[in-house]
Amino acid sequence: MLEIKNLHVSVDHNPILKGLNLKVNKGEIHAIMGPNGSGKSTLASVIAGREEYKIDKGSILFFNKELSELSADERAKKGIFLAFQYPVEIPGVSTTNFIKTAVNQIRQSKGKKPLDAVSFLKIMKEKMKLVEIKQTLLSRSINEGFSGGEKKKNEIFQMAMLEPELAILDETDSGLDIDALKIVANGVNKLKSKNNATILVTHYQRLLDYIIPDFVHVLIDGKIVKSGDKNLALELEEKGYDWIKVNN
Amino acid sequence: MNKDDKILKEFTSKEYEHGWSVDLDVDQAPNGLNEYIVKFISKKKKEPQWLLDWRLNAFNVFKKMKEPNWANLNIPKIDFQGISYYSAPKQKSKLNSLDDVDPELLKTFERLGISLQEQKRLSGVAIDAVIDSVSIGTTFKDKLRKLGIIFSSFSEAVIEHPELVKKYLGTIVPSNDNYFAALNSAVFSDGSFCYIPKGVRCPMELSTYFRINAENTGQFERTLIVADDNSYVSYLEGCTAPMRDENQLHAAVVEIFAGKNAEVKYSTIQNWYPGNKEGVGGIFNFVTKRGICFGDNSKISWTQVETGSAITWKYPSCILKGNYSKGEFYSVAVTNNYQQADTGTKMIHIGKNTKSKIISKGISAGFSQNSYRGQVKVMKRASKSRNFSQCDSLLLGNKCGAHTFPYIDVENKSSMVEHEATTSKIGEDQIFYCLQRGIDEENAVALIVNGYAKEVLNQLPMEFSVEAQKLLSLTLEGSVG
Repeated sequence: MLEIKNLHVSVDHNPILKGLNLKVNKGEIHAIMGPNGSGKSTLASVIAGREEYKIDKGSILFFNKELSELSADERAKKGIFLAFQYPVEIPGVSTTNFIKTAVNQIRQSKGKKPLDAVSFLKIMKEKMKLVEIKQTLLSRSINEGFSGGEKKKNEIFQMAMLEPELAILDETDSGLDIDALKIVANGVNKLKSKNNATILVTHYQRLLDYIIPDFVHVLIDGKIVKSGDKNLALELEEKGYDWIKVNN
Repeated sequence: MNKDDKILKEFTSKEYEHGWSVDLDVDQAPNGLNEYIVKFISKKKKEPQWLLDWRLNAFNVFKKMKEPNWANLNIPKIDFQGISYYSAPKQKSKLNSLDDVDPELLKTFERLGISLQEQKRLSGVAIDAVIDSVSIGTTFKDKLRKLGIIFSSFSEAVIEHPELVKKYLGTIVPSNDNYFAALNSAVFSDGSFCYIPKGVRCPMELSTYFRINAENTGQFERTLIVADDNSYVSYLEGCTAPMRDENQLHAAVVEIFAGKNAEVKYSTIQNWYPGNKEGVGGIFNFVTKRGICFGDNSKISWTQVETGSAITWKYPSCILKGNYSKGEFYSVAVTNNYQQADTGTKMIHIGKNTKSKIISKGISAGFSQNSYRGQVKVMKRASKSRNFSQCDSLLLGNKCGAHTFPYIDVENKSSMVEHEATTSKIGEDQIFYCLQRGIDEENAVALIVNGYAKEVLNQLPMEFSVEAQKLLSLTLEGSVG
């Protein structure tokens, strides 16, 4: 589904990713772990198509199509979803209206008719249960005055509504208490299928107690320096990132 | 050009959609402004002597006045002698009903999305259609008449209800009020008149649609709304004009009277031709709008969505004379390319326990300049009065300007005045958030701008709220930058 080859990315001429390789297949969950500043969030943003991130070298293929040729909204329409580390507030735009606009634009790009209000609400009600999000929250301006937990739940709710092929969760666990973390993780697990894939970007192993990854990759200084299964995360938790640095 | 710039540019470079004109056989006054023209207009309208005298008096006042230059506007010299002050499509001498209106005129309004055929209209809206200097028809007159409501063209009201017109005309905006009000008082040609009798709640939206069609003309309409004690009316005006290279002048006066416990809601969707991308052409919009909350517990609420005109100079105001009366001003003013707007309100608190609220949302794009100018004056005997003002500016791009000029003057100690102001830019983060969800740039900006203006748009009657949202997006289309 996703194939990243020798990816070099810089921001304002500062190289951040320095030759990253990653392959993600349908049905897999990958965790990207690494210390602060290692390039985790850059990787998430560059896949989603944020333009400040310049690709100097390498390629990102999504279903064998070069992603760098597509704008961010085209990538979203192709099924790439990013759960933001810091979800953005848009005053005066209700979450419902925001998601409805998104759902219908994506449908339109696939040649489907927009959903009418009734069917949209029906789907929304169903997906709301997934992350235990309240209707009142959805009629408020998106993310405005939301608590940290509400923002993250809202991201997963949007993911449920948009049904992406590839979901990238950028530090979705940060700022969550244990109850909220369980709800969010539960939502992600329920959305998992053999046709989609998930990339979890995190620097704690805590999230991985609830969402079990098929692969764990350690990102240090813009490169993946070690890959393994879920046990690698546990080992990291115990020994710290320095252990890997020393071993490399 | 960075990403934001590119999006904004694309978003605000959309063409004006009502820029066409039609060839109509017209009855037009020769160019120029003099006593003869004032008499010519009065005679065309078969006006009584008192009104002609009133016009001539205003004209004499006008001659002694100077163009105001205090606004934050760069106004090119206007050649008042170079335009025609009266232009009317030729019609049959006497119209008995809308069926007699020239089909060409009806088609003109159909093309603007305004059907004058009652069965096709939204059932909740009565319309008076004004083209250039005259009203060509008013819908639902009979239905309203049964309730005692008078809704007609101003000219017709002068003939049929002279006592009402005489009682109120110029009492709220006197002819010597300002330069453009004096000009309007001398040469006004048509507009709408409505009277809501005591205790009547007007069951439909009343609406006037203004269209400038002819070349080298100005439009000087006059609107008078009288809401007698315990009555209610919601009124809406809309306007468009063809694209022309020369500037055209529009100087209107609107007067509103609210009796005891009466409420008037006045909404404007102003979409005059704004000029082209280089700032050539467009309407000069110099308008005086004022309402008086005359009776105790009365309320006047102004809502405006200003997207058009090359220059806008407009301050819909409330004189809060009655005790416990209320004034409100909700405004979204959008300027793009080389448009200039200096707009705001005046809230004059005279009665005790009066309240006013000002919500102003400016949106500037391109090379435009957008100013909010507002005055809150609380007089000595207006004890325990309150005002709340909120003025927000949103900048799209870095070549436009937003300015705020609040004037606050409080003469008693028991009153309270609050003023809040913010300036923000459309964030790259906000746009990226939308894009990442599959919403394209154009829709992203429309979504963000409409969200920003929501508090004001919510004040519009339902039928027009959607239209206003579309208009906002269209005006800014191609401007994200």
